[in-house]
Amino acid sequence: MPHDGHGHDDHSELSPIALRVKALESLLIEKGYVDPAALDVLIDTYETKIGPRNGAKVVAKAWTDPAYAKWLKEDATAAIESLGFTGRQGEHMVALFNTPETHNMVVCTLCSCYPWPMLGLPPVWYKSPPYRSRAVIDPRGVLAEFGVALSEKTKISVWDSTAEIRYLVIPMRPANTENLGEEELAGLVNRDSMIGTRLAGKAA
Amino acid sequence: MNGAHDLGGMMGFGPIAAPPSEPVFHEKWEGRMAALAMTVPGDWSIDEDRSACESMHPAKYLKTSYYEHWLHGLEFLLKKYTPDSSSPMRPEDIWAALTARRSYTRDVQTPAAFTIGQKIRVRIMNPTTHTRAPRYVRGHVGEVVKIHGAHVFPDSNAVARGENPQWLYTLRFTAKELWGHASNDSVMLDLWEPYLEPA
Repeated sequence: MPHDGHGHDDHSELSPIALRVKALESLLIEKGYVDPAALDVLIDTYETKIGPRNGAKVVAKAWTDPAYAKWLKEDATAAIESLGFTGRQGEHMVALFNTPETHNMVVCTLCSCYPWPMLGLPPVWYKSPPYRSRAVIDPRGVLAEFGVALSEKTKISVWDSTAEIRYLVIPMRPANTENLGEEELAGLVNRDSMIGTRLAGKAA
Repeated sequence: MNGAHDLGGMMGFGPIAAPPSEPVFHEKWEGRMAALAMTVPGDWSIDEDRSACESMHPAKYLKTSYYEHWLHGLEFLLKKYTPDSSSPMRPEDIWAALTARRSYTRDVQTPAAFTIGQKIRVRIMNPTTHTRAPRYVRGHVGEVVKIHGAHVFPDSNAVARGENPQWLYTLRFTAKELWGHASNDSVMLDLWEPYLEPA
């Protein structure tokens, strides 16, 4: 039976796009341009080391440390760097603080710019036409799809990240969390709340 | 270039369909593709890379996924450039490469032409090459809310005309100005000085 094995040389189950990427990888390895072990490390890094837990630490610190929050407002790149989060697609950072008056939401209508060192690689919906097209023209409709209904009095600022400035939303601290420490607070910060399409979670 | 990538304000794409969580890479080839694009030692800029992804036929761009855009971009660039095979990235180089501090700001001699609070119009323009001024703001008036210094100018850098640094501003546009909506919402964009003129 041709399809019952899991041999690496049997490509018959790969989709056309997977085959094409595989062919390109083989060619680039053969030419000496890439090392397959380095590719494995890069994949593992974005799967397990660089992700939204980083951003959640920034948010929790901003919630608990007024001096840090002030620094984050004035120079987010340096304040975030102080926690060890730097690099590709996070070169120039701005922190956007949500308040009862203003809700911030981030999009990249032109490609899918996203603060990788703090949030990891972007989810599919962030990169797809429905979100990229509508976030700027219908932010309330978009938020409704995420189950977020803001007061009519809350103004929405949508940040279309068209340059190399990357934006991290600092969601509002949930109510009744005065007794929680930084680590527990970080657990309430979901990825989407740092894009501005959801709110931070409720205390248990 | 007025391509399919310039999606702001378009309609008809349906619901957003956002699960609360999902794998970083949905299929194995996506991870391989991402890793290839980030490790091939090519002598091209991020702007040229974006421009290469945008060179897909509009119908194809809209039908394909993010990492397929990356594949198209990398194939496009590899036809144009020969990478440097003398020092491929090793496993131990990856962390440093991904976390390296870089900057897109550059020193320039000329002062910024606009000031915070000033009302500025985005020029009506239709460049045939890469630009970061989306169609939906062209011709519209916004207010300068921040000046970021001079940054590498993508429109030049993407076509190998050099970094040509230009002042970068954050402008606030009201939803009424852009879309005719009677709301207090606004859209903020980072725009370079050559895109802008006094209102």
